[in-house]
Amino acid sequence: MLRVCWKGANAAARNCLCGKVPVHPLQHCRRYTSAGNSGSAAGKIVAASILTVGGGLGGTILYAKWDPKFRANVEKSVPYSDQLFEMALGPPPPPFIPMQKKPVKAEPLQISSVSEASKDSKQPKAKSKAKEKQPEPAPVDPKPAVEEAPALPPQTIEAEECHECASHEPAVKERPGEEVAARLAQQDKAEQDALAALSFNLEDTLGFSAKLTLQAIGAQEAALTAIGTHTHRLREAMDSEDPPDKKSAQWRELEDALSERTRAVDQAGQSLLQAKEQLEKLRVVINGAKESKIEAARPQILAAEENLHSMIVDLDKVVTKVQAAQTEAKIVSQYSELVNEAKVQFQKELSSITPEVQANWKGLTGKLSADDLNSLIAHAHRRIDQLNRELAEQRVREQIRIEAALEQQKHEHQRAVDSAVDKAIQHNHEQLRLEQEKKMQEVREVMEAEMRTQLRRQAAAHTDHLRDVLKVQEQELREEAQEALSSKMMEQETQHRRLAQEQLDSFTLDMNSAYARLKGMEEAIDSHVVAEEEARKAHQLWLSVEALNYTLKTAAADAPTEPLEGAVRTIKESCAENEFAQALATALPDESLTRGVYSEASLRARFYGVRRLARRVALIDETRNSLYQYFLSYLQSILLFEKEQEAPPTKLAAQDLDTFKLLAYATYSIERGDLELAAKFVNQLHGESRRVAQDWLKEARLTLETKQVVSLLSAYANAVGLGTTQAP
Amino acid sequence: MSEKELGQKWDRCLADAAIKVGAGLGLGIVFSVVFFKRRTFPIAFGTGTGLGMAYSNCQNDLRSPYLVHSNATKEQ
Repeated sequence: MLRVCWKGANAAARNCLCGKVPVHPLQHCRRYTSAGNSGSAAGKIVAASILTVGGGLGGTILYAKWDPKFRANVEKSVPYSDQLFEMALGPPPPPFIPMQKKPVKAEPLQISSVSEASKDSKQPKAKSKAKEKQPEPAPVDPKPAVEEAPALPPQTIEAEECHECASHEPAVKERPGEEVAARLAQQDKAEQDALAALSFNLEDTLGFSAKLTLQAIGAQEAALTAIGTHTHRLREAMDSEDPPDKKSAQWRELEDALSERTRAVDQAGQSLLQAKEQLEKLRVVINGAKESKIEAARPQILAAEENLHSMIVDLDKVVTKVQAAQTEAKIVSQYSELVNEAKVQFQKELSSITPEVQANWKGLTGKLSADDLNSLIAHAHRRIDQLNRELAEQRVREQIRIEAALEQQKHEHQRAVDSAVDKAIQHNHEQLRLEQEKKMQEVREVMEAEMRTQLRRQAAAHTDHLRDVLKVQEQELREEAQEALSSKMMEQETQHRRLAQEQLDSFTLDMNSAYARLKGMEEAIDSHVVAEEEARKAHQLWLSVEALNYTLKTAAADAPTEPLEGAVRTIKESCAENEFAQALATALPDESLTRGVYSEASLRARFYGVRRLARRVALIDETRNSLYQYFLSYLQSILLFEKEQEAPPTKLAAQDLDTFKLLAYATYSIERGDLELAAKFVNQLHGESRRVAQDWLKEARLTLETKQVVSLLSAYANAVGLGTTQAP
Repeated sequence: MSEKELGQKWDRCLADAAIKVGAGLGLGIVFSVVFFKRRTFPIAFGTGTGLGMAYSNCQNDLRSPYLVHSNATKEQ
């Protein structure tokens, strides 16, 4: 049946197991299918998370783009976000505070900026502080002329720098004087350099232009002379009636002169152009110099301008001269052309009439015949008539022409006059301007000089005033100092006297105290000695008591201790003058001295024997002491059952005086270590029990006595020892 | 030691009893043999005498502390 059950249980277990087995593949399948489902769900989750993160990032970046503060916050809190932002948005916008420009320019601007202060209300306290630092008193300068301080940048930059200085007030606060002076010196040097450069430049260009102008003038004059010579030669050539070879020589010369003239004119034109260019350059340079506004360069500039002007004027003059000469030359050439033309005409006519007559008819005198002469004369008459007619016509025409020409001339003259007037006006204007500038310069200088003198006067007055004030102050201070000195001296003296007295007093005090202390020390030492003596004695006593105590301990089981005599003797010797100890030492029982005492343990052990015996003889006393009584007593002890130990009452009643009870109490006491009480109880025994316990009692009494005395002694020794030892 | 006294007494008692009884017995035997023709009464008598003497001695010994002597009273 067990086997059946066993099999059944196995089958059941197997069924359970098998039942579980098909579950697993289902679970797996479920897991696979759920995995498929979860796959898509996971994908959805992943996609959603990516979207969220991307959206968050994008939103952050966009908002950072819009709000730089937010961007700064994010950059501060999130590491490496600044790189991301830089990548996405570019560098962060510049901070709100303006850049730290060196307020170097602030210093030299003082003289001008002070004046600007009146105009520019943005000037902060820094300026006023920096102003205080200035060595020269810089009151608000009403004169705008003084504004032309060295190296002034344009006002806009000034204002900007002032604004920056305002924003950097603490930076500009304390400027050492040396720095200021250095800056000023630097500024002066820069100015000097600029001035030198400028003047050098000016002189250079001036020289160059002067040279060129001279060159031009020279060229022009050369051209003039060339034109003059040419014209002269031409006129000569026109007017002279020289033989042909000379004429040809003349014409050659004329040609030379012409070429010469053209060359000279060209050269003159070129040099004029160059000179004009150079003058333009000079003008530009002068304007630049004017713009740079260096004070000291003014006269130079003025001089340069004057030079320029004069050069221009000269050039113009020369040019006009040349032009006049050129017009004259043109007239002469025209005239020569006309003359040549007439001559040619005449020659042609002559040749037409008298073909064999040569051109140079003046040389011919005898070669001509009467016909020729008549024809010639007739021709000549005709010619004369013609010429007369022409002349009359010409005269009339001339009149008209002259009038027209006069009109033209008038116009041209007017024009020329106008241009000349304009030019003259310009020149005059220029001249006046130059003069004005010069005058201004002079006036400025004069004013400067006057201002300087006034300032000097003011400075002198100031120094005088300062001197007076200082003198007065000196006087006052001296008096004060004297007073202070005298008071201090008196104070010091009194203090000194007081100190001396104090010293003396303190010295005597010290001496007294030292003496007293010495005395005290001596006494202390003495008392110490005494106390030590006492202590030594106490110590000795204690030691001897300890020895006694030790001897008490030497009790072996059932054997008494060593005789206490030796220890007691030691005590007696060691504390011979201590009466109490002596008394106590003598109070010891002789038995203990000679024989020693039993230890409590041995007494305890002994007690049990005594107790047994006492119980056995409990009935025996004086009246009953036969053997039969002994037998009865034994029987009683055997048959009586009682508690071995019984706690004793505080008061003994009459019924407690029974042997057995007493013994029980004594046992109890002795078990609790109270030998004394046990001894007391044992003392109450009667009859044979008492007799039996007698020796034990005696021993107990001895022991107790000795112990008492010894404890007294030790207590005494301890007390004495405690008394003598000084607590630290 | 006072507690040993009793024991010692008892030892003496016993010893004494043994001797006395033995002696009585012996004497009884002797007397019985010598004088009384092997009758038992002298043995019994002798043993009894011996025992009685021992008992009396023992008792006396044990009583001795309580006996008041004439000289002791005089001293007191």
